[in-house]
Amino acid sequence: MRAVDALMECLKAEGVDVVFGLPGGANLPTYDAFVNGGIRHILVRHEAGGGHAAEGYAKATGKVGVAFATSGPGATNLITPICDAMMDSVPVVFITGQVRTELLGTDGFQEADTIGITMPVVKHSFMIINPQEIPRAIHEAFHIASTGRPGPVLVDIPQDLSRAEIDYEPVSDIRLPGYQPKVEGNQKQIRQAAKALASAQRPVIYAGGGVVNAEASAELREFATSDRFPVTCTLMGLGAFPAPHPQWLGMLGMHGTRAANYAMDEADLICAVGARFDDRITGKLSEFAPRAKFIHIDVDPAEISKNVPAHIPIVGDAKHVLGKLLVEYRAIGADPGRLEPWWSRIEGWKAKYPLGYEDSTDTEIKPQFMVQALWQATNGEAIVTSDVGQHQMWAAQYYDFPQPRRWINSGGLGTMGFGLPAAMGAAVGAPDRLVCCIAGDGSVQMNAQELATCAQNDIPIKVFIMNNGYLGMVRQWQELFWDGKYSHVDMGEFPDFVKLAEAYGVTGMRFTDKSTLVEDMKRAIAIDGPVVVDVRVTREENTYPMIPAGSAAREMVG
Amino acid sequence: MGEPGTKAPLSLEELQASTDMRTGRKHVLSILVENKSGVLTRIAGLFARRGFNISTLTVGPTEDVQISRVTLTVDGALHPIDQVTKQLHKLVNVLKIRDLEPADTVARELALFKVTADGVQRGELMQIAEIFRGKVVDVTKRAIIIEVTGTTDKIEAFETMVRPFGLIEMMRTGEIAISRGRSET
Repeated sequence: MRAVDALMECLKAEGVDVVFGLPGGANLPTYDAFVNGGIRHILVRHEAGGGHAAEGYAKATGKVGVAFATSGPGATNLITPICDAMMDSVPVVFITGQVRTELLGTDGFQEADTIGITMPVVKHSFMIINPQEIPRAIHEAFHIASTGRPGPVLVDIPQDLSRAEIDYEPVSDIRLPGYQPKVEGNQKQIRQAAKALASAQRPVIYAGGGVVNAEASAELREFATSDRFPVTCTLMGLGAFPAPHPQWLGMLGMHGTRAANYAMDEADLICAVGARFDDRITGKLSEFAPRAKFIHIDVDPAEISKNVPAHIPIVGDAKHVLGKLLVEYRAIGADPGRLEPWWSRIEGWKAKYPLGYEDSTDTEIKPQFMVQALWQATNGEAIVTSDVGQHQMWAAQYYDFPQPRRWINSGGLGTMGFGLPAAMGAAVGAPDRLVCCIAGDGSVQMNAQELATCAQNDIPIKVFIMNNGYLGMVRQWQELFWDGKYSHVDMGEFPDFVKLAEAYGVTGMRFTDKSTLVEDMKRAIAIDGPVVVDVRVTREENTYPMIPAGSAAREMVG
Repeated sequence: MGEPGTKAPLSLEELQASTDMRTGRKHVLSILVENKSGVLTRIAGLFARRGFNISTLTVGPTEDVQISRVTLTVDGALHPIDQVTKQLHKLVNVLKIRDLEPADTVARELALFKVTADGVQRGELMQIAEIFRGKVVDVTKRAIIIEVTGTTDKIEAFETMVRPFGLIEMMRTGEIAISRGRSET
């Protein structure tokens, strides 16, 4: 059997139902295998679009996403999605073509040192030097991508090896002696954590994307509600705890709620679950949660005590650890009454500082209103993807996510152009669910070419462009921190998104009136197939509240 | 208070953070890795991008052909060793890491010194070499080469002694280390 045909068998054995990719010289044999391979392939228009689509697919389904590219420029175009998947712990397997082995190291046509270039941003990578190794490498790649802390794994296959004949035998075992992720959590540490929580007067649960990755949101909800623990989530964790909920404080961090940030600031015990104390959460590290002791639950030991020293470190995944923590906590029988003063303080903040904005008095659409309108038009039931910037923060603030895997965005890397292809991947992975992308007018142009992919394959995503004609977040920072001098942030009225959509064979619409926005959005959603909507919003609106970079939670403005 | 196995509550004041970020001393990390292409690049790249500085590095085979040993030293005054080892552990090809305790470890380094040695100086240099149990491995009219084996401290002491004679070149291998007693390093 040709190695590439074995590759198809391996993908099927891993349960792969779709691959996003683009062919080229070095992966011609692989694409020949697709002809009768029995695996759906979606031809993207740019490898980065394919990579982000694989991420969107993975985030929506919890399964491993797969993206293919050819050697050289095909592979280098994947760098951003690979890095994005690394930062946000997304399980994706990237399979790249490479020049023939006799050309390796000669600067051959379309040769790039893909393994070398990607090494800093992959969880692991495999360079194939013997075609017989391909099946094992593929299965090990899927295993590494999807277990422990998920992440991107790359397999680079030289063209001549991919068409070599091999003796294919299904691989049933994994041999990775240096890779043994711990998921269970140390029982003694878990018991210590339960005891600390039972005596805490001002506890906060701070949950991140690790809860979503571990499919542990039911465990989180059960544990949090076993007492009246206040819960806040990171940008990546939204949906891990249902919003709205009486114990929900909202998102924390730079554009989080005051209730969440002030609670962190005054807490005496913070229980971090699958979160990594990123600088967007902590602000000024030396003044972060100064009164708190920390329980840190994470499947990646290297995250524990990386930025903030943990008092009770627990290495394990959120699902296992929270399940055990609940049992231990219930056995103690803590007095919920002790949290009364804490809750009255939190309720005070919630009442005094709700999320809000000054709405327009005419028909102008405020960007925050646009997100609320989309929530209404979708009943809060859509999968929402976003790009990066102001619109992303407003989406995170104003679209309450009732479940995990509904909110798909680029958190760690902050990749503009992520939202549209990610929506495409999510829609392929979850065909029965409405998928909307809240895009920025700047960001959406970075991968707008995938509209052609959506049109050709009838992938019915609804893209709502929050169009203010600016690179909005940069404009906001220039206004606030650079003396209001705008430097290269004005995007003008280009392109005409309605015409652009139509050119791609996609329905294009433009909404400008607040009073009919919800109904207009419902109308757009009801259209079969992909739709792009240019929503004109207030040009200069700032995202608040905000902890200025390098400041403490107490210094929130707006 | 708060003993494991009891229901006694745990006072938060008792809790101590788990890491001391800086140890303030040199650490010798003995790392077993799969003998696969690119492993050293992965280790070196990890150090570079996390901002850790490798003081010395040696790589060599072990008694098992499929496994190599990397011995590297890191300054614990500059870098959080706990974080360094945890990040190394994440590399799939890294099998085992030991942060060797100096008291329980035998560490050696090999160094070659090429020193200016005209006439009278030669005798004096050879005396110093003898005190350090060094070996003269080459002599020419104008220079001699001395081989010294020992701990880093000893090598550095020898360097201090011979430098005034006119040190032309010095080469050091970096330390290798092995734990004392019967257990494997």
